[in-house]
Amino acid sequence: MSQAQPVAAAVEKDHGPRPKRKRGEKQRLSSRDRAVVVTMVAIPTIFVIGLVWIPAIGSVILSFANWGGIGGFDTIQWIGLKNYEDIVNIYPPFWPAIRHNIIWLVFLILGPTMLGILLAVILDRELRGSRFYQTAFFMPVVLSLALIGFIWQLFYSQQQGLLNDVLGTNVDWYGDPDINLWAVLVATGWRHTGYIMLIYLAGLKGVDGTLREAAAIDGAGEVKTFFQVVLPVMRPINLIVVVIVVIESLRAFDIVWVVNQGRNGLEIIAALVTSNVVGEASRIGFGSALAVIMMAISSVFITIYLRVVMKDEQS
Amino acid sequence: MPVSRRGPDPLNMIPPSVAGMSLSRRGFLRSAAVGGALVGLPGLLSACGDDGGGGGAGTSMSLGMNEAGDIPPAQRLRAMAEAFTQKYDIEVERNEVEHNTFQENINTYLQGNPDDVFTWFAGFRMNQFAEQGLITDISDVWPIEGIPDSFKEASTASDGKQYFVPKDYYPWAVFYRKDVFEKNGFEVPETQADLMSLMKQMQSKDMIPFSFADKDGWPAMGTFDILNMRINGYDFHMSLMAGEEAWDSSEVKQVFETWRELLPFHQPDPLGRTWQEAATSLGKGETGMYMFGTFIVDAIPDVKDLDFFTFPELDSSIGADALDAPIDGFCMVAGAENEDNAKKFLGFAGTAEAQDAANNGADAPFISANESASTDTYTDLQKKSVEVVSAAANIAQFLDRDTRSDFASTVMIPSLQKFLEDPDDVDGVTTSIQEQKVSIFGS
Repeated sequence: MSQAQPVAAAVEKDHGPRPKRKRGEKQRLSSRDRAVVVTMVAIPTIFVIGLVWIPAIGSVILSFANWGGIGGFDTIQWIGLKNYEDIVNIYPPFWPAIRHNIIWLVFLILGPTMLGILLAVILDRELRGSRFYQTAFFMPVVLSLALIGFIWQLFYSQQQGLLNDVLGTNVDWYGDPDINLWAVLVATGWRHTGYIMLIYLAGLKGVDGTLREAAAIDGAGEVKTFFQVVLPVMRPINLIVVVIVVIESLRAFDIVWVVNQGRNGLEIIAALVTSNVVGEASRIGFGSALAVIMMAISSVFITIYLRVVMKDEQS
Repeated sequence: MPVSRRGPDPLNMIPPSVAGMSLSRRGFLRSAAVGGALVGLPGLLSACGDDGGGGGAGTSMSLGMNEAGDIPPAQRLRAMAEAFTQKYDIEVERNEVEHNTFQENINTYLQGNPDDVFTWFAGFRMNQFAEQGLITDISDVWPIEGIPDSFKEASTASDGKQYFVPKDYYPWAVFYRKDVFEKNGFEVPETQADLMSLMKQMQSKDMIPFSFADKDGWPAMGTFDILNMRINGYDFHMSLMAGEEAWDSSEVKQVFETWRELLPFHQPDPLGRTWQEAATSLGKGETGMYMFGTFIVDAIPDVKDLDFFTFPELDSSIGADALDAPIDGFCMVAGAENEDNAKKFLGFAGTAEAQDAANNGADAPFISANESASTDTYTDLQKKSVEVVSAAANIAQFLDRDTRSDFASTVMIPSLQKFLEDPDDVDGVTTSIQEQKVSIFGS
C-alpha cells in the first residue's frame, strides 16, 4: 500500500491540469482501480507485443534475407525479394500448398461443418439416447490431430489396413497423391464434426423456447422455424463457427505432418514453413517468406471477420 | 522430419512415421520459437539438455547423444562412456536425446549451451559445422592407431584439420534371403545382365524383384546414390553432391532414365510405404531383394537367413567399387567447458578398446571404425559388412550427409518423390532440381 501511494499521487498529478469537467467524469475510478486497470492492460499488451508482433515483424524482416540460422546477425545476407520470387517461380510445392489449403477450407465448410450443425439440430430435439450420441460424436475432439492421423493409419494402411481389407481394394490411401488429401480430410472431418456439433448444440440450448412456440403458433413448420427464427437468433454462434473453420483450415498442420510431413500430395503452407525452418536445414529466410505469405492470407480473413464484428457492435 | 533417421527405431510398437513425428513436432515448436521468430533465444534447447553439472572441472565432461532409450545404438554409446569412466576416472554426464529430436534441434543446440562432445556424422556435415566455427579442431588427438586413412580423410574439414573421431559405420547394399535364393536357384548378380535376368526370373516366380519404400523421403536417396555411383562414378557423384555439377546435365538425366527402367521391377506405390513395411515384404519372401542399410534387421529381427551383396555394376568402365557407408562418430563443440577431458574422451573413443566396449554393449549391425577392434562378437551380417566395405575403393556417406542439409531435405526429398510419382517427367524433375540448387548453392 505504502508503495502504491506515490504512484497514485503521480497519476493524480498528471491529471491535474486537465479541464475540470472531463476530470470529473473520470473521477469514478479510484487511483487504485486505475493502477489495476493499467496493469491489466499492460501485461497482455506486453505479451501480445512480445509473442505476436515482434516475431511477426521479425519474420517479415527475415523474409528478405538468406540466413542459415547460424552465427550472429552479421552473417545475414540481404537478398531483397528473391525468396518470394523463388517461392512463386521455382519452388514446386508452393502452388499445390495454396490449392490444398483452399480445398481444406471449402471441404470443412461444406462437409463436416454442415454435418455438425445438422447433428446439433437433431440432437437438440432430445431424442432417446441423445446423451450417448453427443458423447460419441464429441469423443474425437479430445484427441490431438496428430493422434487422429495415427488412428486412421490403422484404417488406411495399404497392406495392413482395415479399409482395404473390408473393401477388397488395394488403394494406397495415404500415399497416392490423388487420394491422400481426401483421406486426411475425412480424418480431420471426423474430429471437426464433433467440435462444431458441440458448439452449435450449446448455442441451440440458449435459444429461447418461446420463440419456437410463437413460430409454431403462427403455423411455421420445423424447417421454416429453423431457417427463419432460430438461425437469425444464432448469428453470434454462426460467426464463431465460421471463424473456427477458417482458423482450423489455415493452421492445418499436425495431421499432415504425422502422415508424411506435408509432402507428396499433402503440401500445405504450414508444413512447408516448418520443413524449411526446422532442423539443420534451416533456410530461415525462405521459411519466413512462406510464413509471411501465410500471415497475409490469414490477415484477409481476420480483416473480414473484424469488419463484420465491428459493424455488428455499431448497429 | 527432414533429417533422415537411419538408426534402429526406438518405439517398435508404434509405426515409426508416427513415433518420430510427434517428437518432431515438439522439436518444431522449439526451433520455431527460436528460428522462425528470429530473436536470439538460443538457450532454449540446451536448457532441457544440459543439466548443468558443469562446474566439476577436472573430473567430468558431458556427452550429447543422438540416441536415447533401450535401443542398441544408445546402449552402445553408454557402454563406451562407462568404459571411459572406468579407465580415466572421469565422469561422463550423458545427455540422451531421441534421434529425430536431436537432429532437428542441432542448430539451436550447438548455438546454445551444448555438451562438450556430441555424436555426429563424418564428411560434409561435419565440415559444414567446422566452417561455421561450431566445432573445434581436434587434430591433436590424431593420429588414432587403427583408424584407416580413408576414415581420417572423412574426419578432416576443408582447412585440413580433423574435427571428428569415427566410431562406427554400416554399408548400404542389396539384401536378400539366402534360403529363398537357394530354393529358387537364384544367383547373386555381378553385372547388369545378371541383374536383369535375375529380376526376370523372380518375376516368373510371381515375386517382385525389389522391395521399395519412400514414405519417409530419405530411403530413395540410397537408390539414387548407388545408381549415380554405378553410372557416373564416385568422383562425379561427390562433386554433384558438393554443388559443382549441374543437376540437369545428361549424366544426371541418365541416372533417372535408368531408374525409370528399373522401377517396374520395384514394389509399386513406394510413397505410401514405410521402409519397415518394405523390409517385411522381403522377410515374407514377397519380394526378392531390398537395397537398404544394414539396420534393416531392426524391422525383421526374426529373419535368420538374411544376407546382402553390393549393387552390381551397370557400366563396366565404372565398375562396382563404390558404395554408401555412413560413418558415425563424435565432434567437440567450440568453447567446450571441459576441453581436456573431452579430448581424452575423443582420443579414447577412436581406440579399439572403446569400440569393443560399445560392441559388447549391444548387438547392432554396425562395424567398428577401428580396424584393430575385435570381430569376435560380430554377427554374420557384421562380418559381411566388413568384407563388403573393405572391398570398396570409394565410400560415400549418404545423399543427406554428402550435401547441404537444406538442399537434401527441402529440394531432394520432394523432388525424388515427385519423380517416383511421375517417372516419365525426367526433364521436369531435373530442371526443377537445378533451378533450386542454383538458388541454394548460389551458383
